[in-house]
Amino acid sequence: MDGEGQTKKFMFVNRKVPYGTVYALESLEVVLISAAFDQDVSLAFVDDGVYQLKNGQSTDGIGMKNFSPTYKALGDYDINKLYVEKESLEERGLSLDDLMELTYEDEDDDWAEKTSIILVSREELAEVMDQQDVLISS
Amino acid sequence: MAMLHIVNKSVFERGTLDSCLKSSLSGSSILFIEDAVVSAVNNTAVSDKIKAELSSKNFYVLTPDLNARGFTDADLIEGIKGVDYAGFVDLVADNSNVQSWL
Repeated sequence: MDGEGQTKKFMFVNRKVPYGTVYALESLEVVLISAAFDQDVSLAFVDDGVYQLKNGQSTDGIGMKNFSPTYKALGDYDINKLYVEKESLEERGLSLDDLMELTYEDEDDDWAEKTSIILVSREELAEVMDQQDVLISS
Repeated sequence: MAMLHIVNKSVFERGTLDSCLKSSLSGSSILFIEDAVVSAVNNTAVSDKIKAELSSKNFYVLTPDLNARGFTDADLIEGIKGVDYAGFVDLVADNSNVQSWL
């Protein structure tokens, strides 16, 4: 049995466009809950999941809450590994410039502000996924 | 009078747009709503597929759904028109029938 206080590597994998289904919002809610359990948490944005980080989201016209600013708070919860798959961006005509600026303050480097977004290839992401203890998909 | 086809899923995730493009007649209209709006953005891996049909069919995007996902009408493939909810109603009224591709 697992000992108490053991830290596991959790990765939340996001593959859906936001707003059309509830997957993106639900995943984000669980990520925020997981922050309370002192685990090693990372997020992956793959396929249509890259749209969740698109800048300039404006939901005034559809009567839904724009939850994209919440991603900017993740750094304050020590969630600062947001893997974005390069091929998924390219297939959609997007680059890092089209995504929100997501940062955290590195306590090991005099609280320097650093980007939370890690651009990885499909192959590199497969390696990172392979190192996880738990993968949660949405 | 022609048919209005309504697509609501991303072209990258489902095959409904492909089916719709194959099954719709020349002169029909195709409206992207909800998650399907990303299918109409320019310079993607699928935009050529839609461009090839622009001369024979009318393409529309529900702009409020497009804006929610961080895009504006300026990001659309040239020739695709953005419509608001009133425009959506007009499309339904102006076509003889509606087919939804769920």
